[in-house]
Amino acid sequence: MTAAVLDPRAHPSADQASQWRLMWWAFRRHKLAMTGLVIVALLYLVALLAEFFAPYDPDAAVARHVYHPPQAVHFFDTAADGSWAFRPHVQGMRLSRDRFTLQTTYAPDPGQKIDVGFFVKGTPYKLWGVIEMERRFFGTVDPTQRAYLIGADRLGRDMLSRVVAGTRISMSIGLVGVGMSLVLGIILGGLSGYYGGWIDATVQRIVEFKLAMPTIPIWLGLSAALPMDWPPMARYFAITVILSLIGWTELARVVRGRFLSLRTEDFVTAARLDGCSERRTIFRHMLPSMVSHIIASVSLAIPGMILAETSLSFLGLGLLPPTISWGVLLKEAQNVRSIAQAPWLFAPGAAVCLAVLALNFLGDGLRDASDPYAQEGR
Amino acid sequence: MLDLARRPAEAPPTGAALAPVLEVKNLVTAFATRRGPFKAVDDVSFTLAPGKTLCLVGESGSGKSVTARSILQIVDPPGAIESGSILLHRHRTAKGDRAGPAETVDMAALHPRSRAIRAIRGRDIAMIFQEPMSSLSPVHTIGNQIVEAIRLHDHVGKKEAKERAVELLKKVEIPRPEKAIERYPFEYSGGMRQRAMIAMALACTPSVLIADEPTTALDVTTQAEILALIKKLQTDVGMAVLFITHDMGVVAEIADEVAVMRFGKLVEHGDTLTIFERPQHDYTKMLLGAVKALDRPSPRRLQRRETNPPGDPVLEVRDLRKVFGSSSGFLGRNKDYVNAVDGVSLTLRAGENLGIVGESGSGKSTLGRCLMRVYPANGGEIRYIDRKGTVHDIAALPERGLAPVRRDLRMIFQDPFSSLNPRMTVGQIVGEPLLVNGLAQGARLRDRVAELLSLVGMPESAMERYPHAFSGGQRQRIGIARAIALEPKIIIADEATSALDVSLRTQVLELLLDLQERLDLSFIFISHDIAVIRYFCDRIAVMFRGKVVEEGATEAVCTAPQHAYTQALLSAVPHPDPRMRGTRIRHRYTGAG
Repeated sequence: MTAAVLDPRAHPSADQASQWRLMWWAFRRHKLAMTGLVIVALLYLVALLAEFFAPYDPDAAVARHVYHPPQAVHFFDTAADGSWAFRPHVQGMRLSRDRFTLQTTYAPDPGQKIDVGFFVKGTPYKLWGVIEMERRFFGTVDPTQRAYLIGADRLGRDMLSRVVAGTRISMSIGLVGVGMSLVLGIILGGLSGYYGGWIDATVQRIVEFKLAMPTIPIWLGLSAALPMDWPPMARYFAITVILSLIGWTELARVVRGRFLSLRTEDFVTAARLDGCSERRTIFRHMLPSMVSHIIASVSLAIPGMILAETSLSFLGLGLLPPTISWGVLLKEAQNVRSIAQAPWLFAPGAAVCLAVLALNFLGDGLRDASDPYAQEGR
Repeated sequence: MLDLARRPAEAPPTGAALAPVLEVKNLVTAFATRRGPFKAVDDVSFTLAPGKTLCLVGESGSGKSVTARSILQIVDPPGAIESGSILLHRHRTAKGDRAGPAETVDMAALHPRSRAIRAIRGRDIAMIFQEPMSSLSPVHTIGNQIVEAIRLHDHVGKKEAKERAVELLKKVEIPRPEKAIERYPFEYSGGMRQRAMIAMALACTPSVLIADEPTTALDVTTQAEILALIKKLQTDVGMAVLFITHDMGVVAEIADEVAVMRFGKLVEHGDTLTIFERPQHDYTKMLLGAVKALDRPSPRRLQRRETNPPGDPVLEVRDLRKVFGSSSGFLGRNKDYVNAVDGVSLTLRAGENLGIVGESGSGKSTLGRCLMRVYPANGGEIRYIDRKGTVHDIAALPERGLAPVRRDLRMIFQDPFSSLNPRMTVGQIVGEPLLVNGLAQGARLRDRVAELLSLVGMPESAMERYPHAFSGGQRQRIGIARAIALEPKIIIADEATSALDVSLRTQVLELLLDLQERLDLSFIFISHDIAVIRYFCDRIAVMFRGKVVEEGATEAVCTAPQHAYTQALLSAVPHPDPRMRGTRIRHRYTGAG
């Protein structure tokens, strides 16, 4: 008989590509998801090095700069004789108060130009509370002067520094919370999907019961039960635990579904017939096929966690000042006065939107790419 | 000018029949891939004439389905027609009610989402697909779907459309059409669904019917009925049919003309008798050779049995039962249950190939899985006699005691795609049974895997690659290498060749016979394909609704079947010889118990 019919589409470079390589190829084609990936990576970088990226100490208040409006960066400086030079700076502002209404207004002070730059020496700080550093990613050349790129709050604290500082708490609470629900979800979902029978029935009833409970009242109730005098760190962990206690149910369902569909696959039957123990069948044959799906659902679960933390803190029941998170910052923007007088207090809301959208796009892309074999169609 | 009143002489019907209704000229359809455009259809030309059937033949990946989809412009993106023309001569349709001026549409020039092409789909050209379940909407009744198809193209009232739908169902021989019209697709059997699909396709009496492997998912007896139905409707309405198939038996049965495709190109084109009796192209010869090779017992097997007759029994199955859904229902009432395997008794001798044949739902796969204890049996015994003469009852062994038995009994799966873990390299897959049974490790494992791969005709370099790098036939070889890794005595092959192209089928069967000689194997070969069983098996057991209705030497059963069901099954198998067309009388076995 003649030689086997070879598929002309088969290409040698794809032959030795593992599932991760194929996933990456599929993921790269998804432009929106790639953008999401870049933004998420940048956000976590900022969260990791928050002290370095913040221009000032987020808690440093300047009474003269209460509700200071945002200043735009000018790159070129024109001198009185008409010549110009490259010199990034912001226009200084002067505070004036109306004699009768006591209304404060900021007016540009033409004589005052505040030079700004990258990697400038600022007020000293400790990175991660350990490493002593002076350099900051961005700031005023003269550390005694201050520039407000997105304004200042009611105590004259730099909003940009506060949003950057909030990134650390808000982004990490998503990660830690999802990490905890992942452990619960994989164990319970795995037991449920692999063994089936009464174990499956019990776990599923628990999941359904959890899903039937209204989430926000439960959060409110649990976090209201936390003692107000707990230190910020303890409160942070308590809130993550509360969030993940609710969040694991979705992941448990995903894991169970994958186990159920994989259990009947021929290659799993083949592994059993090869003499693999139950443990080996699960960990060597079934879990690797699931990892990509799990990563995708995790990246879709993180935005939910971030939003939950933001809402709780916004309502004053999550994290409390002096802890800085996006939700805590948004709490400041609760009253009408801030909308009228200082709309830049909503900047943390923009950060929340950016993070949630980027994570959702990333998660979508990962989910689409997570089954490279289904897409390649061979 | 004065002769205006005189009507032109009507064209003789034969002349009209010869003029093509659809002309495909130099069609090229390409898919944009990472590595540049891939031409799935490359310079293909053919014509369809009213009342005639053109069979487009080719193995998987030859581009025959893409050709059909290109005609209606329903190629999945990123595929698109690159060049060529598809001329639909509307004035030459067999409807005869449009004797107007010549009206020719170039469908390749139309936009895939344009109104013009939507007017052609369904009305002039209809299509039926391979999988009748996924091409019918599960949430609408059959009647509603047919009514919708009618009302899309013809402006008729709901009531009239419904009457026509009943009429259509009657035409495709669905019993009690007035009742059937209210039913949902899941209430229909596979064959009924395909009939409903055909009824839908015929809703607007199209002049061209494109059938893309319409019988591949069906049993042979159902296939025979569907083929007869299409033929009958074609002669009634005078449709041109483009029939896509990989089965030369079906081609011999229905085709007027045959076009053979390979790698997107049309390699040979001609009338059926010429193609079957004087094929020109090597590929056609190979294809027909592979089919004809399977039409007789393997000479190699017969030769071997003369010198090495089958020995003592190695596997004895006594009164095996498997019931699905037997758990008592709510409040202790007994729910519906299925006797998948109903008192089966079989004996397999050493060095013998036992074939189990039956249609879908006959319980043959369940039987195979019960023998491996993938499913626990509900009754009976499976006595396996090992090399030392010890008898194990597989049906009664505790789960822990199965390991030694499973080393001697191995399985080859039907689907070469789902039976290999896509996340492991071929070396890891083949080495897995050796590793977990503690038989080899490290360099010795590597050597043994290389040896196993060379036994099944695969290069050593395959070890580092992943299953997706291989074609179906190669993957099945990898599955075989895994099965023989533990030096088993018995191999249960569950539809091991069904997912393969015909040219690969013989290769895999030859490989299995070769391994049988080298490794002293016995086979239980489960298949729905009589030709494959006849080639490969010494004895055959015919299963019907969980029972073995007939058992005996393969040739005896194939030439002189005793049971009515076996007779019905054999009569339905399409024979790859166009001269035998219509020489056999078909009958359906309904089974009285």
